Amino acid sequence: DIYLKQMLESSKDSAKLDAMKRIVGMIAKGKNASELFPAVVKNVASKNIEIKKLVYVYLMRYAEEQQDLALLSISTFQRALKDPNQLIRASALRVLSSIRVPIIVPIMMLAIKEASSDLSPYVRKNAAHAIQKLYSLDPEQKEMLIEVIEKLLKDKSTLVAGSVVMAFEEVCPDRIDLIHKNYRKLCNLLVDVEEWGQVVIIHMLTRYARTQFVSPWKDDEVVEEYSENNFYESDEEQKEKDQKVKNTYTMDPDHRLLLRNTKPLLQSRNAAVVMAVAQLYWHLAPKSEAGIVSKSLVRLLHSNREVQYIVLQNIATMSIQRKGMFEPYLKSFYVRSTDPTMIKTLKLEILTNLANEANISTLLREFQTYVRSQDKQFAAATIQAIGRCATNITEVTDTCLNGLVCLLSNRDEIVVAESVVVIKKLLQTQPAHHGEIIKHMAKLLDNITVPVARASILWLIGEYCERVPKIAPDVLRKTAKTFTNEDDLVKLQILNLGAKLYLTNSKQTKLLTQYVLNLGKYDQSYDIRDRTRFIRQLIVPNEKSGALSKYAKKIFLAQKPAPLLESPFKDRDHFQLGTLSHTLNSRATGYLELSDWPKVAPDPSVRNVDVAELAKEWTGILGKTKKEKPTEKFYSESEEDEDESSSTSASGRCLESNLHLPCLKNSIFRTGHYLKRIRKKFKKSQSYVAAPVSVPTKTHELLHRMSGKGLAAHYHFSRQPGIFGDRMVSVQLTVTNTTDQKIENIHIKEKKLPPGMRMHEFNPIECLEPAGSITVSMGIDFCDSAQMASFQLCTKDDYFNVNIQPPVGELLLPVTMSEKDFKKDGI
Amino acid sequence: MIHSLFLINCSGDIFLEKHWKSVVSQSVCDYFFEAQEKAIDVENVPPVISTPHHYLISIYRDKIFFVSVIQTEVPPLFVIEFLHRVADTFQDYFGECSETAIKDNVVIVYELLEEMLDNGFPLATESNILKELIKPPTILRSVVNSITGSSNVGDTLPTGQLSNIPWRRAGVKYTNNEAYFDVIEEIDAIIDKSGSTVFAEIQGVIDSCIKLSGMPDLSLSFMNPRLLDDVSFHPCIRFKRWESERVLSFIPPDGNFRLISYRVSSQNLVAIPVYVKHMISFKENSSSGRFDVTIGPKQNMGKTVEGVVMTVHMPKAVLNMNLTATQGSYTFDPVIKVLTWDVGKITPQKLPNLKGIVNLQSGAPKPEENPSLNIQFKIQQLAISGLKVNRLDMYGEKYKPFKGVKYITKAGKFQVRT
Repeated sequence: DIYLKQMLESSKDSAKLDAMKRIVGMIAKGKNASELFPAVVKNVASKNIEIKKLVYVYLMRYAEEQQDLALLSISTFQRALKDPNQLIRASALRVLSSIRVPIIVPIMMLAIKEASSDLSPYVRKNAAHAIQKLYSLDPEQKEMLIEVIEKLLKDKSTLVAGSVVMAFEEVCPDRIDLIHKNYRKLCNLLVDVEEWGQVVIIHMLTRYARTQFVSPWKDDEVVEEYSENNFYESDEEQKEKDQKVKNTYTMDPDHRLLLRNTKPLLQSRNAAVVMAVAQLYWHLAPKSEAGIVSKSLVRLLHSNREVQYIVLQNIATMSIQRKGMFEPYLKSFYVRSTDPTMIKTLKLEILTNLANEANISTLLREFQTYVRSQDKQFAAATIQAIGRCATNITEVTDTCLNGLVCLLSNRDEIVVAESVVVIKKLLQTQPAHHGEIIKHMAKLLDNITVPVARASILWLIGEYCERVPKIAPDVLRKTAKTFTNEDDLVKLQILNLGAKLYLTNSKQTKLLTQYVLNLGKYDQSYDIRDRTRFIRQLIVPNEKSGALSKYAKKIFLAQKPAPLLESPFKDRDHFQLGTLSHTLNSRATGYLELSDWPKVAPDPSVRNVDVAELAKEWTGILGKTKKEKPTEKFYSESEEDEDESSSTSASGRCLESNLHLPCLKNSIFRTGHYLKRIRKKFKKSQSYVAAPVSVPTKTHELLHRMSGKGLAAHYHFSRQPGIFGDRMVSVQLTVTNTTDQKIENIHIKEKKLPPGMRMHEFNPIECLEPAGSITVSMGIDFCDSAQMASFQLCTKDDYFNVNIQPPVGELLLPVTMSEKDFKKDGI
Repeated sequence: MIHSLFLINCSGDIFLEKHWKSVVSQSVCDYFFEAQEKAIDVENVPPVISTPHHYLISIYRDKIFFVSVIQTEVPPLFVIEFLHRVADTFQDYFGECSETAIKDNVVIVYELLEEMLDNGFPLATESNILKELIKPPTILRSVVNSITGSSNVGDTLPTGQLSNIPWRRAGVKYTNNEAYFDVIEEIDAIIDKSGSTVFAEIQGVIDSCIKLSGMPDLSLSFMNPRLLDDVSFHPCIRFKRWESERVLSFIPPDGNFRLISYRVSSQNLVAIPVYVKHMISFKENSSSGRFDVTIGPKQNMGKTVEGVVMTVHMPKAVLNMNLTATQGSYTFDPVIKVLTWDVGKITPQKLPNLKGIVNLQSGAPKPEENPSLNIQFKIQQLAISGLKVNRLDMYGEKYKPFKGVKYITKAGKFQVRT
């Protein structure tokens, strides 16, 4: 240690670095290095970035233990928070907020507030993380932190979204009201958020949707209780019901938006994202749509064992309620001998859930292989599964029972014991013909040692002792001999058997029973002694025993309800799927309950975003993009089209780069008038429509030659003033013939335009030679909306459905205005 | 979310710990050890364990348990997926994810863990970003560093982190621009006693190695994209383009990465490239049995089946095996009762056969079930589903890249029941 101290105090960076590396090595091994704190903390301001980083690592580990000394480093971080380099600002905030020293709470609060309006989204992301750290250090800051969360929720950066929703979930998950205005934005950003953020946002939105929308499921009662008859409902009935609902129920467009925007994420490489979407569809989608997730979940089974384990658990829960979802994938759940036991049992569970009249014979054949498995624990589980199939599907009950009886002669005791237990349960549900089987089992008693199995046999003989009158007393005689060496479980059943025989056949068994009761009276176990006393009072009448003993026979030999053989996953569905609580089947700390659907939907207008507010934010962002390089290039399909044009015109760029923001775009769809307003504004200020400064060369595909049987069509926006009227956007259409024959009479038909939209067609092209191409103009009035114009492109013999969707930028008229006017208008 | 991480080797030593919030004592791992003992087999240690104050979520990779400590509700897959990403990163940085590699590079490991999680929430998990922040170790660099005192730590913010292409680093430059794609398909199958297929499906991946300068924008198209039934994508792939045109369009990460994984639609019949003839029997009341297995190729487009290995988990009662192989070599591990037969290439003229006597423990009952045979094999230059890459186009850059596609078919979980 002294040596390390010397190294840290040396003037050479290399020595310091070496010392720090060794210290980090100590921390990693869990060794205590806290004594070096004073020597290390001096280096916090080191110029060498690697030393600095390692000092940070050290500080985060020990600051809590050495609070006074840790304060020495604070000023360094405060300075770094103002650094021009965003990486340094961010890491300073990270370390400062990770030092768990209560005295610096105010400093942290201030730093978080400042960072939350930092120009760098990376710093803002770190601010979102810092919120949770501060909250866990001092929960009293909650109100102030919620303000910061509210602000960051409005953030448009995909980088921030996941982190701030995480902070929201940890600090104020009940403040659903903060989400309203950001709901649509989050839905639209989702695809571009990093994968970890996606998981958090999807889980949060699932909860949100359950409070805001009405149920898309048909009969709430049936669905909530998942009653048995639901199991056997044929698909057609299901569909019929769905149909009925469709007549009365219309889904909130925002509800639909969430479902639509999460669906592509089923294709994520990240299993957690896929599972998150699957649980969202399970909890939110109409039953008819939830099926789309099964394919993706089955795909995850190809992954490592841990992922398989969790996914199989969730499938197990799902398959109880909606068999149909996974029936097509039945064989994907077949067990391999190399699967770990926990995976095997889960697969078996699912196979059992999926069993029905149609597939049971295949399944039973498969089960036969499993019963012979070397993995005896799994073989035992299979026997239980067979039992469950036998009770659920009456057609095969006898087959199963026979199969199980065969297993009674198996060499392996575990297999035999499990079979006994299952047969016992089966016989109870089917008390018609068991004499033979019971006799067979009575013989087994001599060899079988597994307590549960012995107990089961004894219970069976006792319960049906009147049907095997000769064997039953003999069994009691044998077991009375071995009573003292038996397991408690077996002892209880011997007493039970004795009592029942005493009541039905007291002549032969009176003495035997009393002998057994005497043994029980002096047994070591409380339970046995207690039970003995109870039974004696009940069956052997004396003055004290009173009225009850009259009913002893009724009490002991009452018809017992058959046990239900159920899936252990039956009740798991009250936990949100995909959660830790679901996996553990118990409520984990911090589990957030999924609420029931509201009977009446709360006001949907809370999610509308005010246009004026939006406009304000635009200017805000405009300012920012000017200061920092426009690094935010969005990587979604639709925006890409505009990329090329955006680099050309200067004023155009600002506007367009804003239009890149998918969230804004969507708001525009909903508030189409806004564009008109801009237009009017420009007209008022007497600016004139200018010739386009730049015309993008980018063309869009209208019809691919493969789908057009050799006819290809491309279009591009020429940005010419509309020649067909001033509301028409000019579109240039280039039609190409890639076949080796003439194409005749190319024209437009079957226009399907949204209300208000108009289209000026081009004149029919009479004939297009092979390899020829021709460009024609057409005009479309999109009504300032970005909705699609759909129509058919027809030839003499064929027609093809096509559509044109304008990028928002193409709807605007180019105008020239002075910088002064531009600023004055303040868009 | 993730509170702490412990790395534990097979002998139960905790050789690394990292805490992202306050320190959690090592003693929490006792619950893990308890579960491990109960599970007997490492494969059966439950990935999620509940303890009085914490939850432990663990993965087992390369003989190391990654045990994370959780305090509140979190999707378990989130943690599992992250832990695997950590292991992948170690693999990527050190060439292997082993205890020695981690111990030798403990400082880099610590720096990586620091960057990957902030307050327990993932911060940077893309290998392209991490490599800009923390340079992977090379022998040359460590020598240079020790002389000049320069560092492994980057001092600029990775551009990727800020852009919407977080998976690609900026300023990539190569003298030889190359793009390679490996189409790797695995056949998962269960074949029953009589040789008929109980279950078979094809799972595939396309692994890419892209060394292209600048910001190339690639599109990869297939001759028969309809074969792909269910696909999962690297985040770089534009989903809409796939939906509408069945073309993979993307700006690739730099280096090695998995472009897509897919499953071939189950309607297509899977051609099983090998068959197995087997005769395994144990005699009643005798301490021996017979073992006779032959592997042969089925019609498979004239390609050779190679790299054939058969492993069999023999019943517990088996003491040892006296076999002769007409080809390749076999070993039998009497402790774990595993027979491994390394066959090599199959030539249809002379089918490989393994035959001989199985010795059982005397007095032990005859095993109930014959063991399943697990088969591995490889077929070069063949995608068993018939998937074919049509073309690769590059936009956005001027140079002409060198392009290559390789096909390979392997056995996945391929099991023959006997």
